[in-house]
Amino acid sequence: MKGKKMTTVINSELSPEQVRDSKIYTQWGLTETEYNLIVAELKRLPNFTEAGIFSGMWSEHVSYKKSKPILRKFWSTNERVLQGPGEGAGILDIGDGQAVVFKAESHNHPSFVEPYEGAATGVGGILRDIFSMGAQPIAVLDSLRFGELDNTHTKHIVDGVIAGIAGYGNAIGIPTVGGEISFDDVYAGNPLVNVMAVGLIDQTAMQVGQAKGIGNSIIYVGAKTGRDGINGASFASAEFSTEQASDRSAVQVGDPFLEKLVMDATLKAVKDHSDIIVGIQDMGAAGLLSSSSEMAAKAGMGITLNLDLVPQRESHMTPYELMLSESQERMVLVVKHGEEQPIIDLFQEADLDAVIIGEVTDNGRYILEFEGNTVADVPINFLTHAPKQDLPMIVPKRLSEFSDTQYQPDMSQVKETIKALMAQSTIASKASLFKHFDAMVRADTVIKPGGDASLVRVRGTKKALAMTTDVNARYLYLNPRIGAKMAVAEAARNIVATGATPIGITDGLNFGSPDNPEVYYELDQSVAGINEMAKQLNTPIISGNVSLYNETDGQAIYPTPMIGMVGLLDDVSQATTMAFKHAGDTIYLIGETTDSFNGSEIQKLQLGQISGQLFEFNDEAELASQGLVREAIAKDLLASAHDLSEGGMIVSLLESSFAGDLSFNIATKQSDKYLFSETPSRFIVSVPQTKAADFEHMAGKQATKIGLVTSESDVVINTLTQTIVLSREEIQTVYQESISWQLKG
Amino acid sequence: MRAAVISFPGSNCDFDMLYALQDFGVDAEIISAKQNSLTGFDAIFLPGGFSYGDYLRTGAIARFSPIMSAVTQAANAGKLIVGVCNGFQILTEAGLLPGQLLPNATPGFICDEVALHVANGETAFSSAYDVDETILIPIAHAEGNYFADETTLNKLEKNGQIVFRYVNNPNGSAHDIAGIMNEQGNVFGMMPHPERAVDAVLGNIDGQNFFKSILSGILTKV
Repeated sequence: MKGKKMTTVINSELSPEQVRDSKIYTQWGLTETEYNLIVAELKRLPNFTEAGIFSGMWSEHVSYKKSKPILRKFWSTNERVLQGPGEGAGILDIGDGQAVVFKAESHNHPSFVEPYEGAATGVGGILRDIFSMGAQPIAVLDSLRFGELDNTHTKHIVDGVIAGIAGYGNAIGIPTVGGEISFDDVYAGNPLVNVMAVGLIDQTAMQVGQAKGIGNSIIYVGAKTGRDGINGASFASAEFSTEQASDRSAVQVGDPFLEKLVMDATLKAVKDHSDIIVGIQDMGAAGLLSSSSEMAAKAGMGITLNLDLVPQRESHMTPYELMLSESQERMVLVVKHGEEQPIIDLFQEADLDAVIIGEVTDNGRYILEFEGNTVADVPINFLTHAPKQDLPMIVPKRLSEFSDTQYQPDMSQVKETIKALMAQSTIASKASLFKHFDAMVRADTVIKPGGDASLVRVRGTKKALAMTTDVNARYLYLNPRIGAKMAVAEAARNIVATGATPIGITDGLNFGSPDNPEVYYELDQSVAGINEMAKQLNTPIISGNVSLYNETDGQAIYPTPMIGMVGLLDDVSQATTMAFKHAGDTIYLIGETTDSFNGSEIQKLQLGQISGQLFEFNDEAELASQGLVREAIAKDLLASAHDLSEGGMIVSLLESSFAGDLSFNIATKQSDKYLFSETPSRFIVSVPQTKAADFEHMAGKQATKIGLVTSESDVVINTLTQTIVLSREEIQTVYQESISWQLKG
Repeated sequence: MRAAVISFPGSNCDFDMLYALQDFGVDAEIISAKQNSLTGFDAIFLPGGFSYGDYLRTGAIARFSPIMSAVTQAANAGKLIVGVCNGFQILTEAGLLPGQLLPNATPGFICDEVALHVANGETAFSSAYDVDETILIPIAHAEGNYFADETTLNKLEKNGQIVFRYVNNPNGSAHDIAGIMNEQGNVFGMMPHPERAVDAVLGNIDGQNFFKSILSGILTKV
């Protein structure tokens, strides 16, 4: 203890004995068993600050103690992987000495309590993960889930979340290029706000979050520390209850202007001073505590911090508050001893705080000093390794109860059904929400929101990066493993439809309470399903995020593992969109259509709920369809390509039609219901007449010619039983206005 | 031609503008708003973004940056001054252009591509466009609702100072104003982003003639 007195009481804080007797630690999420482990390891009672830092570090949000046994199974290595899970973000080689950096993060709990700030700081947090690796962020995508738009509280959350993402992303100047939004009652009490960020880096500039080298300096950079988001990590590791008032003080407040300064200065520091920077880490969940302790633990070192030196926004902050604050826009840098000045000057030039607050030690201890006393002194490895928990899992009861027959849609009024389907909140255009996001800043966005995947060019090269987020949680509710495979497959279809090759995955695993064995089973099976499909696509899972306890009053959300996928397009001139391009082009359906209605949009539309065993997924068919589309785009045969997903063929046809301001006339040899089937592994493509023969030769039996793109005002659909004629303008209005109407209504 | 692109803390379209100028062969560089001289530059660009966070009225703090006295000097010396989006807001705050940009009539940020009508095709900023041409240019703003009193608006109309108008007014701007210049014709501001519409790979090149206009004006002068 270096001769300093071990302080046991700060101001009015509880004494170690009072901490023990009051069990205040249980309010912070520590269990009695965990507390007893700490007492046994320290061979004394932890004081208030120590109990607090253990509660933060051992929260599920920081330690992943409950999900780790499952997460460890993720496949995360191949020839492109330069950095897998465990750092701020994963990194993949994209050739020419460049690499793409990406990760997703969830801000579900804060966005429910304080939608604007919750969503805004979600954007800010994930961007720090990217630039702390030394990468320039180039794009943001949002994967959002809300309750149905028929209640005012959900509308309030939607408005706040959209404004929050816009307020932060637009101001910092990183384009929001895509993502997806859908609505279901299961998210009414637990909306999901997952944000994925993508960055670019020269491989020589890669940084890691490690604190190596005895005596090296810990430099605190960026915003001052305040009392916002105190112990937010523990808050995010518990379920909601309507009886317990929502905890606003656990939500952070964002300042995108400050983050832009921090981002630009950090990237400049990496560029100009890579020889003296040892490590960089952003302060995210559990703030200064987790960033500093994890950096030291990863390097096998110790760390000593002097909390009096931490820049503070409020007066009389206690060590507990300073360590567990989740104030935004803060970073930790480890810099070579004696060479700190250029770094400090660089940040101060940008009007940012940059202060040496501690040093790397070789004693393996995490030591905090405050007002001349040592207020915490614990083994760093123990602090950063929460006791693992192997939780029980059982097959959810509902899965064995589902009927094994497929739902048969009511086809008595097909025209009306199509209109109603296009107005469904999950199907209808989200343009009225996405228009609030600056999708074009940085002037690199080739395919903007609304397409299958978004496409961002890599300036100075011919390359472009395709990116998308996807998951249909209804499928996972009916079958977690197959549903997860389908999520990966659909993300890949989105990437492939632009012409790009899928190269990697980040995930956002949103689930209910892992203490419920049925939920734990869903998590386990989802990861298994993601792995199975990812290996076949050669898309390793290089980063991700886990958000558990998404339940209110015991009602969990659907298992919702958001798949964020990135693809590489070698030649941006091959970029393909879903829009029909010319009247007279031939339309083909790639893939077979079968009875696939359980969990479908039409089942939800007609029954108000989903049920039954999920339809089948065929790995070979999926790979074959994707292979054909990629090859056809590479040979420049396709005018448009669009994947089929929610709502089936009719929805994809109409979307390609609306995007191109053109109609279609098609004939299928199947009955009406198959227009709505959601059989996976399918695409709609259009081919210029001059290339039709080449395409048919390439496709063989994989593609079926179904009709033509037309310049008529009506779309015409001939099925086995009837001819359906719809006014394109009328149905497009429904599709485009539905969300606005529902938000206003 | 030498051009300066001013980078205010919080500017986020500074590099987009720099790259667009360089695509047209302009010798352009980024100049920090903390500097106080613009000697040697033929044209000065104030880019889009959120200067100083724009937590107060947009551009209200940026106008006090050290560089702004040099911008004013350059304007008085007849150099070309171009403000796009936040740059336009800063120019009105600084009094180099008349009027004010208010929050959009329907509150909220809008990102879109909108049709503009070339209202005056005989200016240093529009000469490469055809008279009465309609072009598609991206917008991205929450405060682009141009406001001025009737006298000012009448003066703008009479002098031909209105360079671009919205075809379908997206933000409530008076007289559908998207871009205006000062009476002398050397200071110009617009809310839409021509620098986002110069590269065919992004699907829109309607902004190219904006830069060609500026370039031809400067080259004939020199």
